[in-house]
Amino acid sequence: MKNSTMILTLVLFAAFAALPAHAQSSGTVLIQNATILTVTHGNIEHGSILIRDGKIAAVGADVKAPEGATVIDATGDWVTPGVVDCHSHIAIDGGVNEGGPSVSSMARIPDVLNADDIDIYRDLAGGVTEANVLHGSANSIGGQTVVIKLRWGKPADQLPFEGALPGIKFALGENPKRSGFRPPAGVPQRYPGTRMGVEETIRQAFTEAREYKKQWDDYNQRKAAGEQNLISPRRNVTLDPLVEVLEGKRYVHAHCYRADEILMLLSVAKEFGFKVRTFQHVLEGYKIADELAAAGVGGSTFSDWWAYKMEAFDAIPYNMALMTERGVVVSVNSDDAEEATHLNQEAAKSMKYGGLSANEALKLFTLNPAIQLGIDNRVGSIEVGKDADLAIYNHDPLSVYAVVQKTLIDGQVYFDRQLDIAQRAANDKEKLDLIEKEKKASEAEKKSAEEKEKKPEKKPDEKKKTGKPSDSGSGVVVGGAL
Amino acid sequence: MNARIIRLAMSSANSALLLVAIVVLLAVPARAQNAPSVYAIKNAKVYSLAGPAVENGIVIIRDGKIAAVGANVDVPAGAQVIDAKDLEVYPGLFDPITQMGLDEVSAVAATVDVTELGNYNPDIVAATAVNPASAHIPVTRASGITHVIAAPGTSGFDSAGGGVITGQASAFNLAGWTMDEMQIKRSVAMVINWPTLDTRSFDFATFSIQEKPYADVKKEYDKKIDEISDWLDRARHYAQAREKGSPANFERDLKLEALVPVVEGKLPVLVIAAKGRDIRSAVEFCTKQNLKMILGDGAEAWKVKDLLKDKKIPVILGPTLQLPTEEDVPYDRQMEQASELQAAGIPIAFSSFGVAFSRRLSQYAGAAVAYGLPHEEALKAVTLNAAQMLGLADQLGTIEPGKMANLIVTDGDPLEIKTQVRYLFIKGQLTSMENRHHELYEEYRKRPQAAH
Repeated sequence: MKNSTMILTLVLFAAFAALPAHAQSSGTVLIQNATILTVTHGNIEHGSILIRDGKIAAVGADVKAPEGATVIDATGDWVTPGVVDCHSHIAIDGGVNEGGPSVSSMARIPDVLNADDIDIYRDLAGGVTEANVLHGSANSIGGQTVVIKLRWGKPADQLPFEGALPGIKFALGENPKRSGFRPPAGVPQRYPGTRMGVEETIRQAFTEAREYKKQWDDYNQRKAAGEQNLISPRRNVTLDPLVEVLEGKRYVHAHCYRADEILMLLSVAKEFGFKVRTFQHVLEGYKIADELAAAGVGGSTFSDWWAYKMEAFDAIPYNMALMTERGVVVSVNSDDAEEATHLNQEAAKSMKYGGLSANEALKLFTLNPAIQLGIDNRVGSIEVGKDADLAIYNHDPLSVYAVVQKTLIDGQVYFDRQLDIAQRAANDKEKLDLIEKEKKASEAEKKSAEEKEKKPEKKPDEKKKTGKPSDSGSGVVVGGAL
Repeated sequence: MNARIIRLAMSSANSALLLVAIVVLLAVPARAQNAPSVYAIKNAKVYSLAGPAVENGIVIIRDGKIAAVGANVDVPAGAQVIDAKDLEVYPGLFDPITQMGLDEVSAVAATVDVTELGNYNPDIVAATAVNPASAHIPVTRASGITHVIAAPGTSGFDSAGGGVITGQASAFNLAGWTMDEMQIKRSVAMVINWPTLDTRSFDFATFSIQEKPYADVKKEYDKKIDEISDWLDRARHYAQAREKGSPANFERDLKLEALVPVVEGKLPVLVIAAKGRDIRSAVEFCTKQNLKMILGDGAEAWKVKDLLKDKKIPVILGPTLQLPTEEDVPYDRQMEQASELQAAGIPIAFSSFGVAFSRRLSQYAGAAVAYGLPHEEALKAVTLNAAQMLGLADQLGTIEPGKMANLIVTDGDPLEIKTQVRYLFIKGQLTSMENRHHELYEEYRKRPQAAH
């Protein structure tokens, strides 16, 4: 029923959808008189947060606005650290899967960031400030990932979270073995087709990576020793990122469902001496929570999705709570631009299913994913010295009734609900004006085409009519009659 | 006992068949019903939705029905009494568009019976294929949903673009040994997936977006609408022939027979449409054809609000937690439109449009409240409204004497995420909330600390 409507959207309008791009105010900001959920130091009633140069400078009940500070009155509101989504596919230009080979570590998500993706803004409106932007799960070893800040309005090169360790997506189970994928006629099924083959693919890749690393280590050693006339090993962009994994310079985020495949990857990781940073989705994590805790690996899961495929049939909404109780650092992730807009609600389900405390539920979308992404020194809690990446809600964020009022990144307001609402009439008018303009242009064009047709000539080439949204060749009625 | 069965089964084999068998075994105790037939729920705050909430209220349930409700009601001798101090009573929640019992594991085709082949299947009925032992049924009712409608052709990877008149939707309770026991009404609506003018569609076979020229799409679209019209005309002729023609020459036609109640205006059509222009087209068509239309989905119902109001078309909304249909639509449109439609006087109900997400029904309603829908209206939109739209309000939707005793006892606002359902009554029976998820939770939380 959702079919493709959103795909149809006219790109032109994207630019007007949201706010006058970024950031009012920088410098000194005071958010005052709010209920502040610090995550690490309890809740503060009628508290204030002082922000200086994008960082949290003070937090407490007695913090006052210095001269010249911009004051955000948050009376009756609740402030949390910005939402950190540990599994996102927003802001990616084109497809998320380089699905040809089952080892696609050469594919680089950071190179295809799309700063104009409207989902950045929509997630921002859900309080999201950081997202781990991942390659898809079609491959045993997928592409390179990047953590971004949702700095809507800034160019793509300003989205990545400065200093965050890069990652790589792995995937286990039904997706890399292509269970749900029918190749077009005449195209053979891709290897691997079983979980055994998925393991073999990963082991093979790391066997090669280890050899490759050895060649480079030898080379570098001999070079350092002053040896002359050396020829370097041939650069392999598929193996480079795996060497970084072996050297602990790149996090492994592994998509997985079933307990057995999770244990499989832990054992392969042990064999080759690398660490898995997070298991993503990890819907059967509750069955092997002790093993996850012992391996020091994070679990980033869904709240209550289940039964959409066989490997999700044992998924239970108690997963968040059960893994947490057994000592796993757990986050709740979205995997979906819409789900990301209410991760606070999804986290609250851990209170209903398994009885986590409010603060533990809060951690699931703030501090814990920050830990999992290695950025908890910068974000994830409201503490002096951390980045002022914050979400302001009008209600307890663990309630279904909470609506994000403002989202701040680096102390700047990137989303303001009231501004968004105030902008809507102007957006609508702009759209109608454009439609009128387009209608006139196409009428004029039609007329001139008719004239041309009188003196027989070939029909106008669709592709020549550039720059107009209705000319995508689809004949989409701009705005429609409605 | 059950846990032991699971362990035995798991150690001996790993086939999906066995899993299904386990589901059946687990479901058995949940459905064993040798319970008393008279219950009294006492000391509760009762939200009957038929009037103001009653503090310290009493609800009497007898023989499957609500016998009495109020503050000054006598508790009959022999009634099983539930002390609901600090608890609240609401009508059971109703999810009016689902594929409950028709879809066990969405990606495993062998477990899915949602969309039949071919475009016109008015004579197929959801109730025929609902699996009473589906694991989804106990999981869903644990969230306070006591009854649902399963609607053929409303989802599924293979339904994209296929199926126009997809069959009859069935209303049933989420408890019972057989469909006969569960069934509320076998045929509540004829489902029509309204043709859509999308020039681009996602093709699952090649996993890519396929684009077609507008002229071709429009041609297909017009053709389908002509076909629907043709089916209805033939159904009218059929009804006429059956009534007035010679019985000797009359040939029975099951498909046309199924459409007769539709053209007679006795059976509503549940028209699934999302885009504004498709909704407009559907409303105009149904008005012209004199059909009793209910709009399902309505993602862009806000665009055609005046028409819906004018033609008195009720709307069963798809999930409110959805992205807007277009990039330039305000980010909160899907949450916000419920309040806008309701304020315009258009009857609305919420639905999950799913199976696994059915338990999110109250969250969908809660999200609409966050964006302006009055709380009481949201409650009605998950209980009473859909019952009214589908002609079931004489049995369901409020806590009133004579109605089927489908109700929930909660520890708070049923639309709030943290709220727990404490007791669940379906057809007057105190019904177990045990389910596959809780069983797995209990089993694995007891796993001894793993050795390392």
